[in-house]
Amino acid sequence: MKLTPHEIEEIALLARLELSDSEKEIYAEQLSVIFDYIEILNEVDTEDVEETCQVTGLMNVTREDTVGEPNDAVQQKIINAFPEKVGSLLKVKKVFE
Amino acid sequence: MNLNELTLKQAYEGLKEKKFSSVELTQACLKRIEERNKDINAFITVASEVALEQAKRADEMIASGQQKMLTGIPYSVKDAICVEDMRSTGSAKILDNYIAPYPATVIKKIQEQGGVILGKVNCDAFGHGASNENSMYGPVKNPHDLSKVAGGSSGGSAASVADHMCIYGIAEDTGGSIRFPASLCGVVGLRPSYGRNSRYGIMPMASSLDTVGPIAKTSEDIAIILEAMAGKDEKDGTTVDVPVPHYGEHLEEDISGLRVGVPKEYFEMAGMDEETRVLVEKKIQQFKELGCELVEVSLPYTKYAVPVYYILVPSEDSSNLGRLDGIRYGVREEADTLLGIYAQSRAKGFPEEVKRRIMIGTYALSAGYYDAYYRKAQKVRTLISQDFERVFREVDVLVTPTSPFPAFDLGEKSSDPLAMYLADIFVGPAAVAGIPGISLPAGNTTAGLPVGLQIMGKRMSEELLLRVGHQIQ
Repeated sequence: MKLTPHEIEEIALLARLELSDSEKEIYAEQLSVIFDYIEILNEVDTEDVEETCQVTGLMNVTREDTVGEPNDAVQQKIINAFPEKVGSLLKVKKVFE
Repeated sequence: MNLNELTLKQAYEGLKEKKFSSVELTQACLKRIEERNKDINAFITVASEVALEQAKRADEMIASGQQKMLTGIPYSVKDAICVEDMRSTGSAKILDNYIAPYPATVIKKIQEQGGVILGKVNCDAFGHGASNENSMYGPVKNPHDLSKVAGGSSGGSAASVADHMCIYGIAEDTGGSIRFPASLCGVVGLRPSYGRNSRYGIMPMASSLDTVGPIAKTSEDIAIILEAMAGKDEKDGTTVDVPVPHYGEHLEEDISGLRVGVPKEYFEMAGMDEETRVLVEKKIQQFKELGCELVEVSLPYTKYAVPVYYILVPSEDSSNLGRLDGIRYGVREEADTLLGIYAQSRAKGFPEEVKRRIMIGTYALSAGYYDAYYRKAQKVRTLISQDFERVFREVDVLVTPTSPFPAFDLGEKSSDPLAMYLADIFVGPAAVAGIPGISLPAGNTTAGLPVGLQIMGKRMSEELLLRVGHQIQ
């Protein structure tokens, strides 16, 4: 399979990654080689094979939907980790134009 | 012998008999880090003050008769595992300033015993790699030869243990990230069964494969650490409610009569290093001296584990890493639009391999390709698991090389992503099947580089693996 720099640009947009033109060239080449290698899976007959989505066999693991104890110290640490803030107000770019 | 060179068991006994204090033991490790880290680059963050404070508290616990197995013992933590109030970068610049607000469950459990955290160690960013060269904080060098890689992704963990900067390390294994560097650095590393240990507070890579486990100097030490870490966690719905055995209690039990499978596919690989093969085969002969029976077996789907892995893992990576976009935490790049902030924060904050994997995954999961790639890989994954199930009806454990070659030169494979992926050839299958595997030293090459023996077992067979490991080491 041959991926073009243009296709890489489209994938990168979906993946929210800004790439330079030279990066697009390099990734086009590298991803083509990797997907060619992965083609080897087509040798395997998987006609009646079930997919493995998990290995523990656990099903429907649930817990009571209750409100835990508030933890002001952790809350403050989470606010501190936010890149832009005014006091405890968190600042982001506008979402709607 | 310097205190930092002790095994965990020896350190525990020394503390118990008051031969030395935790502060002295911690100082010995910090001194070693001070001397060696500039060459090896294992630690990204050294937390000297925190460690000494924790050591002081541990000494008080010991003095008042509250010593547990891990009380006062200094350890390193892979930087993709969160430690409360400590910088946790995952080895990527997008989290350069990230201070974790809460600890991973496994760390919380060790800290409740009075553990001493020396700091955070280097890895391939978010665990992506086999050489530790995909770190944005520089590669980790192999303590046995500074021109060689330490292996990855938990290279800082393996190197910090091998070089006696700490007594043990807590790391993470998605597709070999504990076993592979343990092999290249000549130490012991365990990938537990998926679901044995909580993943809460671990930076997620491939959620259906991620495990957390220890790297240490002996199987006996691994047994002690695993017992402290393991168990069901309400905060991780994939942890299983299976009682945690006293892993260290039966290490000496007789293993004669054990059926040890030798899968031929692991010895026939093209490009395998001859010296590695000979050393591993020689090590395997030791099982006969212990009264075990060697049985040749076949796992025909072995060669498909790496391609399966490199569909499943980048797919899950691309989804999991969506949360890193410069908005809620980490480094936010300036841009005029919201999309610009995402795209630039990620472009500057991720190394090449992370971007590569996100794009592989984004493509593999995109409409029209899901069946051809992800679903196909999930089906072949079933066949790989069935290979193991069938063989484990005939044998108790499997023994193989951990890596097809000893540590390679820095830069040797870094420009060829596929060659790097193929380094996972012997560690990938257990990861895909969710079974446990341990890597143990199997001797050194003539150039003095360690070679590792891998022992794999059924799900939840850690106790047996540790017993076998203890007796064969």
